Amino acid sequence: MGYLVRERTGRRKGTEMPDQSSFTRRGFLKGLAGACALGATGALVGCGGSSSDSSSSSDTSSSTATSGTTHKVEMVTDTGGVNDQSFNQISWSGLQRLQQEEGWDVSYLESKQESDYATNLDKAVDDDAELIWAIGFAMADAVGNAAKANPNVQFGIIDNANPTDASNITGVQFRAQESSFIVGYIAACVSKTGMVGNVLGVESDVLRQFEFGYKAGVAYANKEKGLNVQCESQYAESFGDAAKGSSITQRMVSDGCDVVFQAAGGTGVGVINACKDAGIYAIGADMDQSYLAEGTVLTSALKEVDVAIVDVSKRLLSGDLKGGSNITLGLSDGAVGIPEDYSLMGEDVYNDALAVEELIKSGDIVPPATSDDYDKFVASL
Amino acid sequence: MNNTVIKVLRKPITSAIIAILIGFLVAAIVLASAGYDPGASFAALFSGMVGRPRYIVNVIIKATPLLFCGIAVAFAFKVGLFNIGAEGQYILGTVAATIVGITCDLPAVLEIPLVVLSGTIAGALSGALIGWLKAKFGIHEVITSIMFNWISLYLCNYVVSLDVFHQPNTTGTYAVHDSAFTMILPNWKLSDDGQAALVNFPVLRDVLVRCDVNVGIVVAVVAAVFIGWLLKRTKMGYEMRAVGLNKDAARFAGINVEKNIVLCMVISGALCGVAGALNITGISPHGISTLAAFENNGFNGLSVAFIAGCSPVACIPASLLFAGLIYGGQTVQQTMGAPSEIISIMIGTIVFCMALGGVIPMLAEHIQRSRAERAEQACKLAAEVGATPAAPAGESGSQKTENAADPKAPAEASSKVAEPTDSSEKKGADGDAR
Repeated sequence: MGYLVRERTGRRKGTEMPDQSSFTRRGFLKGLAGACALGATGALVGCGGSSSDSSSSSDTSSSTATSGTTHKVEMVTDTGGVNDQSFNQISWSGLQRLQQEEGWDVSYLESKQESDYATNLDKAVDDDAELIWAIGFAMADAVGNAAKANPNVQFGIIDNANPTDASNITGVQFRAQESSFIVGYIAACVSKTGMVGNVLGVESDVLRQFEFGYKAGVAYANKEKGLNVQCESQYAESFGDAAKGSSITQRMVSDGCDVVFQAAGGTGVGVINACKDAGIYAIGADMDQSYLAEGTVLTSALKEVDVAIVDVSKRLLSGDLKGGSNITLGLSDGAVGIPEDYSLMGEDVYNDALAVEELIKSGDIVPPATSDDYDKFVASL
Repeated sequence: MNNTVIKVLRKPITSAIIAILIGFLVAAIVLASAGYDPGASFAALFSGMVGRPRYIVNVIIKATPLLFCGIAVAFAFKVGLFNIGAEGQYILGTVAATIVGITCDLPAVLEIPLVVLSGTIAGALSGALIGWLKAKFGIHEVITSIMFNWISLYLCNYVVSLDVFHQPNTTGTYAVHDSAFTMILPNWKLSDDGQAALVNFPVLRDVLVRCDVNVGIVVAVVAAVFIGWLLKRTKMGYEMRAVGLNKDAARFAGINVEKNIVLCMVISGALCGVAGALNITGISPHGISTLAAFENNGFNGLSVAFIAGCSPVACIPASLLFAGLIYGGQTVQQTMGAPSEIISIMIGTIVFCMALGGVIPMLAEHIQRSRAERAEQACKLAAEVGATPAAPAGESGSQKTENAADPKAPAEASSKVAEPTDSSEKKGADGDAR
């Protein structure tokens, strides 16, 4: 399904292949000569590639100039890849929205290894992108270096503050503890066994937001509803290991957990599958993951990276926002939250959750994002 | 003219080139059926490979570990061992180099050899264990080395998770100390002096400043030539090849088979380990990170080795081609929007067709044989039509039948002279491949 979403405007039309049918009717040796010719054509096209590229991109800009100025924005994924059903995918959907709504030129580069970050950022710079998004805190160092080498290009990084004091990097962070708090509250309300689980990616400040927000949500529900729900959490130390996510979940199920919240990128796909197999509820992260397992995904802790990317891209490139700043988005900005579908949890729980959401927005509840804050939060209950 | 075609077809380089072209042709069909313009895709691929000096340098950087692992696999294969554990040995090399590079902080003259050596030894030890199990207990190296890949992967993840090495808020370790870096002029190129000196050489500046140009490829090429020399020109290499060709015959001839198996795996593992170590010292992020899956340096090395027909020196162009496809493939994604799966299929198709390169010499033989048969039939016809007549005709007829009995014999007498050299060449090539 990913392919459909990623359809792009065919801005390279016109460089058609030579007639291929000729190969079938010729004898092999003659076909061989043809193949050589084909190879030569390919090489020639290869040489002319960069020049035809620049001309076609200027075409695009002139044709869409009527709808306002167009910009070129690219993103580089982390090693999860663009189809991670999570973070990278939702970022890409944000860029696609910029393409559809604003007619901007967007594309992405997938990183397979950590050493690809630097070379991919470099390729994006070569492609004359005005703004380059680095998806994920793992790329902080690489972005810092790229920004230093290319002071004329704007960079954005998701889930990390500006790693250097460079004036051309914008750090975008989310108060994920707020949405995690709400789903923790829901999990505790829905759990029948009195045990809920939480599978996380690689231990880091960002993931601690999920961990302690969720735990605090459970604690809050215990206090408010007189429950005694226990919460166990484990780091998979990976964002791309679905098998590991699955095996951790199976262990949690055998411990008695009947709701498991995943905040582990690609690893989380394994968590949701294992929940489906075990017949328990899963809670998704980043995007509404109910499509992954109908009837299993209770709700999701949304982190609307796409909203942030669209918003920040527009502000940066229109000049409203200067580079070098750090932006933190939360419930009140509409950048985190839960989806509207409440068929699995029931209306009562959903309404209670909305009430909690209002309390967070108003500042009556401040969900903790670190271990210390969590201890303070629990003590204050 | 036809005979030159046959001669050309028999050359190993021809089959490689034809295979690559067929690979691109099939890949074009794959791309077209997925809805992406193949012409523009290949244009993007090539411009991403060689479009700028910097890209060529990046291809070379990416080819370095592939070359090392390719030589390692090719070398082991010549000794009759299938070292599928190149990946794990590479990972162990990176792990050992990272541990040593972070814990020791010495001057560069000591630090670099120490870090590289630690990676090499880690790879060699892993290879030694695999070789020893094979030599001593006959446990097949494919099983042990595959398992070692996973042991290495999880060992890597374990080391990353240790507080001593784990850099907070990242998925990886700290970088090794600067003194271990093997880039070319790492400090000078970013200093004010360096920047001022480079300003007049935009290409050089582009390459030096924006790429991790490092000495790895030089070491790799030297290693390729050395291993080639070792196998062909030394007593040790002779013994190893003998073990590879026929273990029992080698033992009968007084060669210590066990010793050679262990030694081979040590060298093969060391080559993979040094690849890992040089990647840590040579390119950012200069550390290891949590691996969800293999990074495929070793497995791609396997493909490189077999594209190269398991000749260590031929691994050099093969690794460059492979790295170019991988690196250029990302540009296809960027400019065409083709998903990386399609790019992988494209690369896979090209490599698959290269692996089929051995078909081409067989094709040459087939053409020759059918032509000989046709000539024989023509002779028979001529003999029947001509009935009794002059002796010369009969003579030439019998001579041609004789030729046809040997399927390899050429139809035309003129090419007879060329034949022996041809077949000897072919035998030579076959021998190499084995």
